[in-house]
Amino acid sequence: MTEYTDKIKEISKRVLAEGRVEMVIGFRKGSVPMMNQPHLATSAESVDELVWDSNCGLNLANYITDKKGTIGIIAKGCDSRNIVTHVIENKIKRDQLYIIGVPCTGMIDHHKINAMFDSEILTVEESGDQITISGNGFSETKDKQELLQENCTVCTHRNPVEYDELAGNLVEEQKNVDQYASVTKVESLSADEKWNYFEDLLSPCIRCYACRNACPLCYCPTCFVDESRPQWVGKSQDPTDVKTFHLLRAYHCAGRCTDCGACERACPMGIKIREFTKKLNKDCQELYGWEAGLSLDERPPLDTFKTDDPDEFIK
Amino acid sequence: MKNFLEHTGIEPGRLHFSWISSAESTKFVDVVTKITDEVKMLDPANKKYVKTEPKVD
Ligand code: SF4
Ligand code: SF4
Ligand code: SF4
Repeated sequence: MTEYTDKIKEISKRVLAEGRVEMVIGFRKGSVPMMNQPHLATSAESVDELVWDSNCGLNLANYITDKKGTIGIIAKGCDSRNIVTHVIENKIKRDQLYIIGVPCTGMIDHHKINAMFDSEILTVEESGDQITISGNGFSETKDKQELLQENCTVCTHRNPVEYDELAGNLVEEQKNVDQYASVTKVESLSADEKWNYFEDLLSPCIRCYACRNACPLCYCPTCFVDESRPQWVGKSQDPTDVKTFHLLRAYHCAGRCTDCGACERACPMGIKIREFTKKLNKDCQELYGWEAGLSLDERPPLDTFKTDDPDEFIK
Repeated sequence: MKNFLEHTGIEPGRLHFSWISSAESTKFVDVVTKITDEVKMLDPANKKYVKTEPKVD
C-alpha cells in the first residue's frame, strides 16, 4: 500500500492549491515503529509529510467532528463508513469534505507484533505484502496477512464506500469470512462461562479511556464517565464500575460501529474490546439487516421505528 | 440490550422490559409481581453485577 503515498500527496497538493479544501487530514510517520500519527496538512510543505502504509490503523473520521470549513480526508474502507455515519448524525456536512479514498489491504497489529519479540522493535519496513521487523540483533520477514489486526482479517468493506477521488485501484473484497466467529463462540457458552469470559477480558483495564478517545463515534462533549453531577458510574477500578463503563460505551456504539479496530489498537493493555461491539453489530445485522455507514440515505436502526421491529423481549 | 447484557453473562431471567403507560396501574402491578416471583426463583448465588465493598488485596 506504500505506493499510495505519492498519489495521496499529489491529490492533496492539488485540492489545497485549488482552494477546494483548507486542510487535508492524513497520517505521518510516528516517532516509534508501527504508530503512524494523524497529520493535518495545510500547506504543500506539510503535505510532504503525509505517508501511507500498513500502520494507518487509527480512524481519521475522529478528527472531523463538528469541524468548520472544508477538509480533505484520506479514507480507507472503515474511515469512509465512519465519515458516512458522521454525515447522517449531522457531525459534518458532506459538501465540506473532499474524500480521498484508499482501497485497503488491512493494517498490521502492533500488539501482536510486539508480543512476538522479546527485545524492542526498532524498525518495521514494508515491501508489497512482506513486512520486515528488526531490532538489535534480529531481523525477520513475515507475510503481512499473518500480522493483520483481527478486525482487518474479517473486514468485508475494504474499499471506501464514499469518496470523491481514489488514490489507487479498487481491491478485491474478502469473501467467505465469518465476521462474527468470535461472538458465536461466546454465544455458545453458559451464562456463568460468559460472565467469567468478560471478567477476564476486562481485568487488565486501567480505565485510561484511550479506546473511547480513539473512536470516532465517541464525540459527546462530556462523556457519561466524566460527569460528576449526576455521577452515572463510579470512577474506581472496581470490576463493577469497569464493566459498567464498557457495557455503556459499547451500547452507545450500537448500530454505529464499523469495526474499524481503532479502539483495540489504542488500548495500551491490548484488551479485545471489540468483543462487545461485535455482538451488537451481529445483532443489528440479524435483527435489522443493518451494517453501519454504508449509505448516506438510510437512517440507522436505533433512530427509526417500524411496526415490524422485533419486540419479543418486551412484555 | 437484553441480548447484549445476557451475552456478557447476566443470567437470563434477571432482566425484564415492559412498556406500561402511567394509566395502566393493573398492568404495572401484574408485571412487577411476575418479575419479583421469577427473580426469587433464581439462584441467589448468581446475583452478579452488584457493587459490593471494595476488595482489598
Ligand atoms: S477494517 Fe477494513 S478498511 Fe479498515 S483498516 Fe481493516 S481492512 Fe482496512
Ligand atoms: S467501537 Fe471501536 S471498532 Fe467500533 S467504530 Fe469505535 S473505534 Fe471503531
Ligand atoms: S483503552 Fe484499554 S485499558 Fe484503557 S479504558 Fe479502554 S479497555 Fe481499558
